[in-house]
Amino acid sequence: MAEGKLLLEIVTPYGLVTSEEVDEVTAAGSEGEFGVLPGHVPYVTTLKIGMLICKKGNETKFFFVNWGYAEVGAEKVLILADSAERSDGIDVERAKEAMKRAEERLKKAEDIDFHRAETSLERAATRIQISQMRIPK
Amino acid sequence: MPTLRDIKRRIKAVHSTSKITKAMKMVAASKFRKAQQRMFEMRPYADRMSAVLSSLAGGAESEIHPLLSVRPRKNVDIIVLTSDRGLCGAFNSNILRVASKHISNLKKEGFEVNVSAIGRKAVDYFKRRNVPLKKSWTGISGRISYANAQEIAADIIERYTNETTDEIILAYNEFKSVAAQKVVVTRLLPLASIEATAETLPVFNFIYEPSKEDIFNNLLPKNVEIQIFRALLESQASEEAARMSAMENATKAANDMINSLTLQYNKARQASITKELMDIVGGVEALKG
Repeated sequence: MAEGKLLLEIVTPYGLVTSEEVDEVTAAGSEGEFGVLPGHVPYVTTLKIGMLICKKGNETKFFFVNWGYAEVGAEKVLILADSAERSDGIDVERAKEAMKRAEERLKKAEDIDFHRAETSLERAATRIQISQMRIPK
Repeated sequence: MPTLRDIKRRIKAVHSTSKITKAMKMVAASKFRKAQQRMFEMRPYADRMSAVLSSLAGGAESEIHPLLSVRPRKNVDIIVLTSDRGLCGAFNSNILRVASKHISNLKKEGFEVNVSAIGRKAVDYFKRRNVPLKKSWTGISGRISYANAQEIAADIIERYTNETTDEIILAYNEFKSVAAQKVVVTRLLPLASIEATAETLPVFNFIYEPSKEDIFNNLLPKNVEIQIFRALLESQASEEAARMSAMENATKAANDMINSLTLQYNKARQASITKELMDIVGGVEALKG
């Protein structure tokens, strides 16, 4: 492991999403966004639906993370997510459909699991948003 | 001595059986590949999950969460995981044999044992033996989803938390290789991995966010779900692998049978030709005389 690098690992029950060395990681914790640089103190947090950004040199990558946990150590960031995708691997069509479905369910109101509909709406919206992220020039 | 026509009919029957077993083998092979892939995809997550848990548990007291509390054993739950469908060799009978032995051992030691079953084969087996089932789940194998694992986990977590039971054991087939499955009897609750590693690991002072309790409240039930999900996937892959080799053996046996029947058929045919010839020759000789 190179000095001054972080090993970022994102795993989901559907497989290893990524395992790579990066310089910096920013993720959406349940208590707010947090950034990690090499040498971070041991830290454990739950994650909410959101975006994870990692930087390596000039390269920036975006990931969609759907719930989970982050275990941060001095030289590694381990993300255990329910699901996760790289920004270019997001199925936008599917997300749009999910969004439509969730919106319809919310409109009908009553008799629905409000929380579930809301969560899937949030998930879909975040997915779409992240899929459009481009590296800031 | 069966007649020629009888033998021919049997050959035909065996042949069509072998066609069926062959087709079933191919189906099992393709299902197996899918199941195996899911299982492999699942493994890194399960491994990391237990790694996180054991590093956290170094600094955790067992009072922090009900799932970590170890009570004196009195009531023991055993969950037996089998398939819904048969025709997979000794897959189900192996696990049921081991589980039954385990149950009777526990009973001998004076524990109150409650049995739950996953998979139709286990449900039927225990029903036949008049073993009351606390809970049963069927129709899972074949299309396992994470929701199945969540449902099962929710049930056993509840039973453990309200102290209906003091230990929960899961018996399932672990996938070793295509040719071998191993029956595993493992303890789900209280969480075994934590207990075992708690002393050996250095204690990190983690910063917890939102709070230690919240993290554990989240992570521990999740871990139970993951363990069950993993067992479901392992069992699924084992089942299809077992079915594959069972069907291959059946096909082989059918082919052997066709060969020996064909031999018998040819012998009988030869015999009848010889007999006819003898008749003709005998007739000719008689006319000459």
